[in-house]
Formats: sequence, C-alpha cells, structure tokens
Amino acid sequence: MEAYFDNSATTRCYESVRDIVSKTMTEDYGNPSAMHNKGIEAERYVTEASGRIASVLKCSPKEILYTSGGTESDNLAIFGSAYAYQRSGKHIITTRVEHPAVMNPMAFLEKQGFEVTYLPVDRSGVVSVEALEKALREDTILVSVMYVNNETGAVMPVAEIGRLVHEKSPKAVFHVDAVQAFGKYRIFPAKAGIDLMAVSGHKIHGPKGIGFLYIRNGVRVVPQILGGGQQNGLRSGTDNVPGIAGLGCAAEQIYRNLDTASEHMYRLKEQLAAGLSGLEGVRVNGMPIADAAPHIMSVTFDGIRSEVLLHALEERGIYVSAGSACSSHKRKPSAVLTAMGLPKADIESTVRFSFCEENSVQEIEYCVDTLNELVPQLRRFTRR
Amino acid sequence: MVFHALLIKYAEIAIKGKNRYLFEDALVSRIKSALKNVEGKFQVEKESGRIYVHCPEEYDYDETIAALTKVFGIVEICPVMIFEDNGIERMGEDVLSYMRQVHPEYCGTFKIFTRRAKKSFPLTSMEVSAEIGGKILDAMPGASVDVHHPELLLHIEIRDRIYVYSLSVRGPGGMPVGTGGRAMLLLSGGIDSPVAGYLMAKRGVVLDAVYFHAPPYTSERAKQKVIDLAKIVAEYSGPIRLHVVNFTDIQLYIYEKCPHDELTIIMRRYMMRIAEHFAGKCRSLGLVTGESIGQVASQTMRSLAATNDVCTIPVYRPVIAFDKQEIVEIARKIGTFDTSVLPYEDCCTIFVAKHPVTQPQIKTMRASEKRLSEKIDELMTTALETTEVIEIGE
Repeated sequence: MEAYFDNSATTRCYESVRDIVSKTMTEDYGNPSAMHNKGIEAERYVTEASGRIASVLKCSPKEILYTSGGTESDNLAIFGSAYAYQRSGKHIITTRVEHPAVMNPMAFLEKQGFEVTYLPVDRSGVVSVEALEKALREDTILVSVMYVNNETGAVMPVAEIGRLVHEKSPKAVFHVDAVQAFGKYRIFPAKAGIDLMAVSGHKIHGPKGIGFLYIRNGVRVVPQILGGGQQNGLRSGTDNVPGIAGLGCAAEQIYRNLDTASEHMYRLKEQLAAGLSGLEGVRVNGMPIADAAPHIMSVTFDGIRSEVLLHALEERGIYVSAGSACSSHKRKPSAVLTAMGLPKADIESTVRFSFCEENSVQEIEYCVDTLNELVPQLRRFTRR
Repeated sequence: MVFHALLIKYAEIAIKGKNRYLFEDALVSRIKSALKNVEGKFQVEKESGRIYVHCPEEYDYDETIAALTKVFGIVEICPVMIFEDNGIERMGEDVLSYMRQVHPEYCGTFKIFTRRAKKSFPLTSMEVSAEIGGKILDAMPGASVDVHHPELLLHIEIRDRIYVYSLSVRGPGGMPVGTGGRAMLLLSGGIDSPVAGYLMAKRGVVLDAVYFHAPPYTSERAKQKVIDLAKIVAEYSGPIRLHVVNFTDIQLYIYEKCPHDELTIIMRRYMMRIAEHFAGKCRSLGLVTGESIGQVASQTMRSLAATNDVCTIPVYRPVIAFDKQEIVEIARKIGTFDTSVLPYEDCCTIFVAKHPVTQPQIKTMRASEKRLSEKIDELMTTALETTEVIEIGE
C-alpha cells in the first residue's frame, strides 16, 4: 500500500488541472500579450482564472498578481512593500516561525538598515498578540505573519492581528503568507485587514511553478522583476498561461468541497492520534488537533531520529517529512520547533504528517499498524 | 587554427622492455574509448615509437584535449600541424604559416629540433633546422635563436609528411588502465575513498567497488551519491562494477551483541570480509581503501591492523600517508569533492560510539566476534545474496 502523507510539501495535481494545463500547452498556446486571435484566446484563460480566484477571495481580479509560487510572492510582498514605504519608516515586524521565504528576505533587509522585530510564539506555536501589540510602532511599515505554520499546523489569529496593525500603525501594510492556509480556510483579505497575501499553486493540487500575490487595491509594491511590462509592470515576463489556468482550476475545485474535505482530514488526524495512543513516548506537537489546521500534524517519537523513521516508513510506502533536511555534520534543528521551546532531542525525533482530501481511512490504518510495529523495533537500536 | 593530429607522449611505458607493446596497445585502446564520446572522427595509430591521434575531420579541440587529459599513461599531448612533403622551399613556407597561426608576431628566443624518420629526405636534420631557422629569423623580426635555453622549441618531424609542433598540454601521467591488474575499492560517500580509487587507477589498475548501504539509517540519496562518485572515478578508470551491499542487519546485530566502543572496528572487519568475497568473484588481486593513518579512531595503526587481520589478499591504501588537505586537493582536481561533501548520513557514522577504541587488540576483536556466532553466518549469506550490482560507466 502507498500512503502519501507529505501534502504540505506538495500535492498531486487534480485531473481537471492536468487537462487544462495540457490544453493550454498544446492547443491554446498563444501569448496573451499578442494582438491576434491566438493571443486573445490565451488571455481568456488568464481572465477566467483571475475571476475564479477573485470569487473565492471576494476581491477584484485586478488584485491578483501571478508569480512563480510562494517564495516569489513572499519576496515580492516583503521587498516590494519595504522599498515602497521606507520613507515612512524602517521598522518591520514578523514572527520567529516564518518560512525561509520570509525569514531570508527579512535578514537581507536587516543588512540594508531595516529594523526587524521577531515575535515569539507560545508552546503551541501561536504568535503572541500581546507581544505584537507592544511591538507595533509609529514607524512600523510592514507586518508579516503566516496564516498556518507549515511544520506544526498552528493557526495564527490573522484577523485579530490585521485589526491591531491598522489600528496602531496606520502606515503599516499587513502581509500574510497563506501558502498552507489557502484552500483550507475561507480567507477574505478585505475583511481580515490583509494587504498582501502569498499563495502557491502546487499546495492545492495545482501545478508547480505558479502562485499569486494578492495586492489590495491601493497598496504599493516596487516590482522586483523588470522587463516587458506584463501585469501592469509589477511582474514582467510572459504570462505562465498553463500555470495560471491550472491554478485557477485548482482554486475553484478545492473550495468547492472545502467543508467536507476539512472534516475528513480532521477525522484522519484523530484516527492517527488514537492509533498511536498505545505507544509510549509519542506526542502530538502544537495546538490541540481540532484547533490546528486540518491537514498538518507534527508528532514526536522519543528516541527515534526523524530521518531514520522517515526512511523506515518510506520502505513501507508511507511518505512523511522530517522537518528540516540535515546531516550528521550540519545539523540545523528546526527553527519553528526551537521557537516553541521543544528540547533538542524532541526536535530531532519529530516528523510531520500532512494530509489531503484524497487520503483514506485505510491508509491511516495501515500507517498506524506500521508505526506500532516499527517504533518498538527502531527503539532497540538508538545511539547509545 | 586547425591541428591535424595530436602527438601522445608517454614516459614510463617506453621502458618496459619486451612487454612494451602490451602497454602501448593498452594505451591506444584507452585513448580510443576516451574519444568515443567526443564530437569528431579520430584514428589512433602507433607509429615508430609514438602514438598519434589523427583528426582528419572537423572536431572539438577543447573537448578532445579534456578527454585525453583523463587517460592515464599520457605524459604530454602535443597538437601537430601536418604538411605535404614538397621539398625544403615549401617546408619553409609551411613552417612560417604554422608560426603565424600558433605564435603570431613571435617575440623571443627559439630553437628548431628536426627529426628525420624518412632518411631519404635530401637534407640532414641539422641542415633542415638551419635552413628553416633562417626563414623564421627573416620573417619574424622579434625572434632570435638560442640553442641552449630557448623559450620556444619548434619540432619538425620528417616522415611521409612533415609534422610541426611546439605546444604541449600536460597529461595525467601514470600507467594505462588495464596494465596493472584489478582491485576492489571500498567506496563510501566520503572524500578519501574516491581519491584512493583514482590513485590506483592511475597506476593502471582496473577497479570494481563495493558500497555498504544501511537503510533506513542511510537514505536512497546517500546511495545515489556513491553512484555519482563512482561515475566520476570511472571517467578516469573506465567501467566500474559497483556492488551495493545491504549492511543493516549485520550492523544491528553487531550493535546488539558486541561492546559498543568496538562496533566500528568489528563492522569494518565484516566489510573487509564482504569486499574480499566480491574481490574473489571479480578476480581482483587486492582491496583498496581510503584509509589514512590517524585520521579517525578506526584508522590508527592498531585499528588498521585489527581490520587487516581478516584479509587474506593484499589491502592497498594509496592515501595512507596523506594529510586530509592533500586528499582534498586531489578530490578537487578530479572533481569528486563537491559530491563527496553533500550532507547525507553514511552508514559508518550512525551508531558510532562517543569514545570508540583507538588501540584495539586483535585478540580482543576476535573474542568479541565470537558473540556473533549464532546468526552472523546466516546474515552474511543474506547480505551477499541480496547485493545489488550496478555497472558504472558502461
């Protein structure tokens, strides 16, 4: 049996996505910028995708900017807004548990003279709203907080943060990395006070190499890629029509049965947790299962190094993630789990299960049986 | 600028007495296979004590040289221009045209060295040198003759045609692979063992290899890394038969039964036994390791002796007296370094003790191994039977 539980890394494309991608590659392959019919035909796919995305976000299609994915969206949001608003101040706020696509641009900005405040998280991985309130200043120009943490599934109080940011720092824009949240929650940026929001295609059963940045009307970003002036000059380069069409299609489909999918994934997580409850030294990290995002579950298996468990599961067709890739020489413990206050030994023994609507009860059963057999076995051979 | 041939110079193999033809034939065959994947058509010929690579058609010069600099046995590669023999007058013009293309507006000292393989040529070698030298002096005002320490040595060889050369590219030296026997390399994902393999191949040894895989403790990527390293070594050594041994159960069994601080040594003794088994199957005359004295606990002289204790065929350790930095330099030169330092867990590092023995006694190791008597034979048989064989560089 094969059980793919690494859906936070990437997902399988919907078949409808594959079909529309294939069609825009081989039949309707025009360049939307072209003046002839072929171009107009291709442009329709882009317009349609924007319409689909706008309708799930309840925003205007003009507020959607296509990028190569989550990383580029985060980079554009952070650099683009920091450079656009640096005359109003140079203070930025983010959290200690952001994805590297946010962390590394922040570190870069610090070198360029920006001041960055990193907010702590509590034991469950949730950012402290009190700390944010204290950190917000007159000269804060950007606040960047992820919606769902990619390692633990912790859900940040985004709407509350949005309200607070605009109340206390009227000059600041609020960026949300929603890569793990889009398709799992109904997000309405205008209501939640979100100015910028990053989304990736391949986390929602769309293609890799496509994503978008929501840019609220009126918010300025300095473009990072210059060229032929496509997308109003904000992001040059020929429109990735197959990607965009696939992304639009995936967005529509994932929101069509959001509630059933979400319930289904919560049930799978409960089933997995119940199935492991007989084992000593196994803990679910972060928020209580029902409060965390429906698809992510971080589990510590005392005394078993995560890569070893990962490969042992892999041999049996079960695919999970080990947090961060590491080696015996350059071990870099997960920054997220460290920020949550997990001891080093726990961090090295933590794996992430991440689900999607396609996972089944049988797969979980198989995984539970496998783990109940493997864990005692592997514990016999740990580093003395 | 077009060179019509490449003159291959070799040093050591020219003095191997009656076996000389064996070495030359091996070199010719190694050159041919090195050029198989290079754009162009080549004829490799032995001609009166020399090897020429003739390039009758258009070819990629840089790619050709790069391929040849990986062929052991080659000391120097000299790109040659070939002209028809139409008498001394015409030869002068041809040599001048060579000079204008290869050393345009030459300024400096030179000497001409003529070799006359075709004795029927009307002038002697000395006369040819003097005649052609005069023409160069007339045509190139910056040039002057220095017969003792010339900056440029221009060779003219009179054969059925006239061969002219003055440039030379250094080859890797060593002996043609295939002239030195066959050996089994214990290849890991580290820096040292690929270098050890390269050095043995340099002395003409054909390589096979064995790698110890320990899933789930080592990943598929670690195995791929070893395959990639074997491919790089094979660019020099020719095809390698890589044996991938699943070592997990043996390793766990040792871990369970033997003192923890002896784990690495006992493990290595079993690795040697397995390597020797496959060496026998491949008709290898020895084992090759990347061990270097004192580098780690298992490479002290006592540890090496304890490991060596189980071997019945010679174990070659070409980097035994090299410093790490010296090994790294070779690894960089041959292109294995960047792959070697990719961070994947190696089976040697997983269960390693915090304080492993550094002065193991052979007797103690033998005694500890007795604790394994119950299951080890069965585990060894399984490991040998389930070994995967991958042909590298075919």
